[in-house]
Amino acid sequence: MAESGKIDPMHQFAIEPLFGTDHLSLGGFNIAFTNSALYMVLAAVVLWIFVIGGMKRELVPGRWQMAVEYMTGFIKNLLISNVGEGGKKYIPYVFSLFMFILLANLLGLLPLGLVGLHPFTFTSHFTATGVLAIMSFSIVLIVGFAKHGFHFFSLFIPSGTPALMVGPLFLIELVSFMVRPFSLGLRLFVAMTAGHVLLKVLAGFVINSANASPALGLTVGTASFILMIGISALEMLVAVIQAYVFALLTSVYLNDAENLH
Amino acid sequence: MPQIAQIADTYSSQIFWLLLTFGFVFFVIGLGMVPKVQGTADARDAKISGDLDAAKAAFARADEAEADYRVRDAQSRAAVQATLAQAKAEAAKASETQLKAADAAVATRIAAAEARIKAASDAAMTEIETVAADAARDMVARISGVEASDDAARNAVKAALAHG
Repeated sequence: MAESGKIDPMHQFAIEPLFGTDHLSLGGFNIAFTNSALYMVLAAVVLWIFVIGGMKRELVPGRWQMAVEYMTGFIKNLLISNVGEGGKKYIPYVFSLFMFILLANLLGLLPLGLVGLHPFTFTSHFTATGVLAIMSFSIVLIVGFAKHGFHFFSLFIPSGTPALMVGPLFLIELVSFMVRPFSLGLRLFVAMTAGHVLLKVLAGFVINSANASPALGLTVGTASFILMIGISALEMLVAVIQAYVFALLTSVYLNDAENLH
Repeated sequence: MPQIAQIADTYSSQIFWLLLTFGFVFFVIGLGMVPKVQGTADARDAKISGDLDAAKAAFARADEAEADYRVRDAQSRAAVQATLAQAKAEAAKASETQLKAADAAVATRIAAAEARIKAASDAAMTEIETVAADAARDMVARISGVEASDDAARNAVKAALAHG
């Protein structure tokens, strides 16, 4: 699709090393500082600045402190409603996860193309979402086995299962359990990729139809542009929802590890 | 799809930088700052609920004080009424006693006065009898020239007086 001056909707996901760090390596592995890494650092820094604003620790909070406390309170309520009082100790992890993903999604949506920069959404890469998913899954496994030992396997046998069905059900539940990190990581990657591809395809329609003829540009181009505005709003919603889903599913899985059934 | 096409070249860089940045986010922000932020919010919630409890307790104390005040008010009202009733009863008794004493004094004086009147009237009667007996003897002596005895004149006067 990149030929004949067409717009390649997948080019936005290309990873490019920045600042001549192409061959930066650690223990034989390439660790080039890429545009993806830049946006990871940006998300971390923006989140850092955001939370610093909430560190005033005033009894009567200002707007910024209120916003930060609203986010931590939101995560706290999420964990309490899904895990119970024992879920409070996961607030730092789930807050980090939710805010990091949320900022990654939102920073990737910034219209920086208008000033010639290339925004990048690292949550549209399963190498990144996969690491986050495996991290959540590992915490579930570690907590589950540390807390319940081999009794943790009873998670795979719903209570009241007839003796004959224990074997098959154990297998089914085990598979559905093992699929969790994949569904967790792939869901975020697919949602972000699909939204960005759709926006780029529609943008391609606007540009190509306007280049083809004024009549096409006014009809197809205008319609596509209006659709883009709507989908941009939808993408902002998706950015929040996907971060929320990731945090929600992590807390639901943590509930299994904390309380079994 | 660059995600798949570039995976061999970029996976190590992606994982490295993600672990580095997320590690910073988790250890510095998540573990270092979020508990403080949440602690402030929790402290505020605790203060608000503590203040509300204190207000509730103060309200209950106020109710108690009001109930106490009502009881004491009722008690002092009852006490005052009792004192008033007693004073009334005492005053009534005292005035009754005084009235009785006055009655008795008046009755005594009336009795004394009556006695004096009776004595005076008796004395007057006796005097009239004597005067009438003298007059009767005079009349008998003048008319018949017979000297009537004192006793006869007296008896005649008594009989005449008794007939009225």
